Amino acid sequence: MPPEKPLKILIVDDEPLARERLRVMLGDIAIQLATEVVGEAGNGLEALTFLRQYPVDVVLADIRMPGMDGIELAGHLGSFEKSPAVIFTTAYDNYAVQAFDLNALDYLLKPVRTQRLLTALQKIPGGPPPDAALLSTIGREVRGTGRTHLSCHERGRLLLVPVSEVLYFKADLKYVTARTAEREYLLDEALTHLESEFAERFIRLHRAVLVAKSALAGFEKAAGDDAEAYGWALLRGVPEKLPVSRRLWAPAKALVTEARLL
Amino acid sequence: MTSIRHFPATHPLPDWRNFGVMLRILLGINALALLAALAQSPDLAGWLGRYVELAAVVEPWLLLCLGLLALLRDALWRLPLRTGQAVVLLLTGGLAFGLYGYWQSLAVGDAGSVWRAALLALAAAGIMLAYFELRSRAFFPAQAEARLAALNARIRPHFLFNSLNAVLALIRARPQQAEEALESLSDLFRAAMRDPAELVSLADEIALSKQYLELEKLRLGERLAVDWQIGAVSLDLPIPPLMLQPLLENAVYHGIEPAPAGGTVRVSIEQRGAELAIAIANPTAGQLQHAAGNQMAVLNIRERLALYYDLEARLEIEAGDHHYEVRIILPCRQKSR
Repeated sequence: MPPEKPLKILIVDDEPLARERLRVMLGDIAIQLATEVVGEAGNGLEALTFLRQYPVDVVLADIRMPGMDGIELAGHLGSFEKSPAVIFTTAYDNYAVQAFDLNALDYLLKPVRTQRLLTALQKIPGGPPPDAALLSTIGREVRGTGRTHLSCHERGRLLLVPVSEVLYFKADLKYVTARTAEREYLLDEALTHLESEFAERFIRLHRAVLVAKSALAGFEKAAGDDAEAYGWALLRGVPEKLPVSRRLWAPAKALVTEARLL
Repeated sequence: MTSIRHFPATHPLPDWRNFGVMLRILLGINALALLAALAQSPDLAGWLGRYVELAAVVEPWLLLCLGLLALLRDALWRLPLRTGQAVVLLLTGGLAFGLYGYWQSLAVGDAGSVWRAALLALAAAGIMLAYFELRSRAFFPAQAEARLAALNARIRPHFLFNSLNAVLALIRARPQQAEEALESLSDLFRAAMRDPAELVSLADEIALSKQYLELEKLRLGERLAVDWQIGAVSLDLPIPPLMLQPLLENAVYHGIEPAPAGGTVRVSIEQRGAELAIAIANPTAGQLQHAAGNQMAVLNIRERLALYYDLEARLEIEAGDHHYEVRIILPCRQKSR
């Protein structure tokens, strides 16, 4: 048998001992399968930072991690040019395990068995990574909230936009833009998905606009017969005004009044 | 060994020194007085006035009875149930007879018959005794114990499997640490499988909690810091088992694990007069600690407190944006019956 190039692996887990265990096991199966652990990361964000510089073949990712969990990490990996395969690990997570079984995603239960790890690495699919929309749905079910970051490609680079910093989303003909206090980002997302995923944080003002509830500063009625909007919303931190449609005027105003009373 | 079998709700003759029992008697007798006032007054307008007149007679008698019964509690419990109940009836009836007669001789109060007063007092006391007997049947020890067993806090599978995984990682490199971890894990499981009706000493519960936190530290490393503040408390105080550990587990699971940099869990235990106050606080990473798992553990402990202490213990929650705190206040009973 010709010697194959070892599989490059990144281990992602917030528990140092769990990472150590996987590393030792990979050493144990070295005779059957050559692997090389090129790095370790404590959560999804660290993993993405690492992967921008050092591409790997396989990411072993824990599901429950602080900062950014494994499911969200896998979603962002899908937008890499050459995305690595992801094998999830989890100690116990009923929802995740059910969702993964349903959608035929591979996972390893911790404590992981050596044989199971070997099998999973040997049958790594070469095809496209799991669908990002599917991962975002599963992730939402598992953690109960939306993603922590959105990905944005700029000149071949992946940028991560923290959802907590987004003031509003605006849909144009082709793209959705996210506005933070500093700048705008072009996203490959659908406004309706963003609306349902981040329903706790954002509210719709207009067919094409979602605004962060915390960013709303006030409202003003449009002068005369403005075709584009019934009124305008003023924001904290940025000068531009956002259009509000007639149908959404009352609920949006009620929200701001309510927040002032609190 | 102190156990739930000795707790106030489970004896047909109530514990007159228990706050919950006193409150129930005070409310019960006054409700009866309200009814009597309604029966006596010709219209609704006179009802309250009549009640106030009645209360002037009833209240001194009631307080006197409660005081006397609290004094005689242990002697009454030693009697067979029916004899004990008869003594209580005689005592309350007799007191009413004597008190009422005394007031008549001073020419205060209404000029009703002394015998009528005694009979009414007997009836009221009889109703309360019947209530407590029925209540003790509803709280029959076996039933209370079964309920407790069902409620007994279970150790999270998430914690178990992650701990086992950590131990597996230790076995080759640091076998001694692996042994200690397995010993702690087995202590924790022994505690979880123990008879939930038996009380444990405060010292034991603290030791168990420390073992649990050591296991978590193995996994989380420096992300988990714990600040223990143990005031001047008697460490042999009996408390229900697994009051502290499940709350610490919540604090770690919801407060420390979701934070990339970790945080500090603060535990304070102090004695305030006749009460033991336990507080467990953790930072929250901006997200609220209202996950279903957390709610369950807290409700569970609240219900167990009610089974052990009736109205005398309470559990309070303070949930802020960045801070979550659970406080348990229990009566210090060196040896409850």
